[in-house]
Amino acid sequence: MSVLVEQPAALTLEPRMRPESNLWRDAARRFRKNKLAVGALVVMVLLMLIAIFADLIAPYAYDYSVINEALQFPSRQHLLGTDAVGRDFLSRLIYGTRVSLVVGLSVQAIALMCGLTFGLLAGTLGGWVDYIVMRWVEVLTAIPIWLFALFLISVWRASDSAPGSGLLKVIVAIGLIGWVDICRLTRAQLLSLRQRDYVLAAEAIGATRLQIALRHMLPNALTPLIVAVTLGVPTAIFTEAGLSFLGFGINDPLPSWGKMVADSSSYIRVYWHLGLFPTFAIALTMLSFSFVGDGLRDALDPYLNK
Amino acid sequence: MARYLVGRVIGLVIVFVIVSIVAFLLMHSVPGGPFDEEKSPLPPAAKANILRKYGLDQPLYVQYLRYMGSAAHGDFGISFQSPTETVIQLIGRTWPISIRLGGLAILVAFTSGLAFGIIAAIKQNSWIDYVVTFISTLGLTVPNFVVAIWLLLIFAVQLRWLPTGGWPSATNGDWKTMIMPVITLALGPSALVARYTRSSLIEVIHSDYVRTARAKGLSERMVIMRHALKNALIPLITILGPQIPNLITGTIFVEVIFRVPGLGKFFVSSIFLRDYPMIMATMLLVATLWSITYLLSDILYTIVDPRIRL
Repeated sequence: MSVLVEQPAALTLEPRMRPESNLWRDAARRFRKNKLAVGALVVMVLLMLIAIFADLIAPYAYDYSVINEALQFPSRQHLLGTDAVGRDFLSRLIYGTRVSLVVGLSVQAIALMCGLTFGLLAGTLGGWVDYIVMRWVEVLTAIPIWLFALFLISVWRASDSAPGSGLLKVIVAIGLIGWVDICRLTRAQLLSLRQRDYVLAAEAIGATRLQIALRHMLPNALTPLIVAVTLGVPTAIFTEAGLSFLGFGINDPLPSWGKMVADSSSYIRVYWHLGLFPTFAIALTMLSFSFVGDGLRDALDPYLNK
Repeated sequence: MARYLVGRVIGLVIVFVIVSIVAFLLMHSVPGGPFDEEKSPLPPAAKANILRKYGLDQPLYVQYLRYMGSAAHGDFGISFQSPTETVIQLIGRTWPISIRLGGLAILVAFTSGLAFGIIAAIKQNSWIDYVVTFISTLGLTVPNFVVAIWLLLIFAVQLRWLPTGGWPSATNGDWKTMIMPVITLALGPSALVARYTRSSLIEVIHSDYVRTARAKGLSERMVIMRHALKNALIPLITILGPQIPNLITGTIFVEVIFRVPGLGKFFVSSIFLRDYPMIMATMLLVATLWSITYLLSDILYTIVDPRIRL
């Protein structure tokens, strides 16, 4: 990228500069060019607004059931019909958005916290700390996330007399496993950045290893982490939906898309709407977050694919 | 190479031991034991006797070592959910079904993914390419229980071509029940294979030796099949390897939705019924499979591509 553009000699020599820019402005410019990612971002923001303002948008309360109106097809009164106990399906989908997004975002918050801490420890201290952390990471990858989360939740449920909504259990169980990727990524970034000159310079002026890791290396490892966190949200949402689908996630009356899909399967031959709408909601959410994540990756790191 | 392998195997053993210890401790952290009757509690002396008989009065580490000792001989105890069977018998009954389902899915995934990937790469930036890319994105992002419900709605409810579930048994062999579970399970890995085949083939097509092959006057078909594809397939080993244990241990959702009596379905019911011997055995089985496939795919990689040394 050359900054100077030479003018013909006769004219006054005035360097024409490219407008000043930084990483974020460049990234935003590249992101805007990606139509798919922008579209997905719009959907993502809409979903977030639905989750935040669920109380205002939803026509009924999520646990308001009229048993006489059970299993209705979509109508003017109930836009998406009603479920097996006569609750408005649209309202339950809307509140389900809130559950999904809360799980997705809080799981990533936990994962980021744990992953960053352990990744930093392993990457900066090295030696036996690194060995132990990496063995743990291997243990957690050796068992599919499902089996582990199912197992954790079943053990907790057994030692818990009052089950509650199950939201917290789901978040903690997925978060406890989900940090592995971020930990691995942080460590790999630290190891690759260790060879850079600016790290040598920081060492030369006597900065401690922790200072170098936090002040100098972490900011440079930021963009892959942002991408990893964004792409981790749909994974967490999917895991929650799956756990609830199997009956180990969110408990009634709190709605969860996964559980709505599971409940639909006994009625699917006749009441198609019960299966169609929640699966559609899950697919839409997962796709929007994935496309935004992919778009962010391309925008933040344009050399990655080339 | 030998040193590397020894190191890897030691690492695997450590992982295996930790998995078993964690699972064992978690199971024992649950309050209540198998002989806690609420309605008519046993006299304390009788209960102590029973506990002694089953070794439950021993410290945890003794119990753990005993368990692992008999597990090494293939004795994982008796399943709580069907007390007439040992865990090994139950796994021996349900796992072959999952292996069959998973094996078929791998076959379908690999062939279809390869075919679509090659077509998309050859016709890069054509409408076929865009369709393949779009569908593979869907296949990678949308969870398989969602896909399963969609297939059910279309092929079983609307068109009524296929049954909603079940699995061919010795007495009742309707192979049509296998179609939807296999397709659902294959979709994700197939999308993965297609995507990788496409991108690595495109990369290879632009390399020098492919240009040489074309310059020799070989037909496009020979260039792709004999020269380009061989090298393009190397990265597939690393991505397909980890898929295999996932698929043959039975994907839980597919088995639950389509009522396939495989290992995945039994794992869910084991969790519901707190069938700890069964849970423990499944966890160990999965961890072992996973570690072995990882190691094998690394070794295979060096055989296929001699440039890579371990």
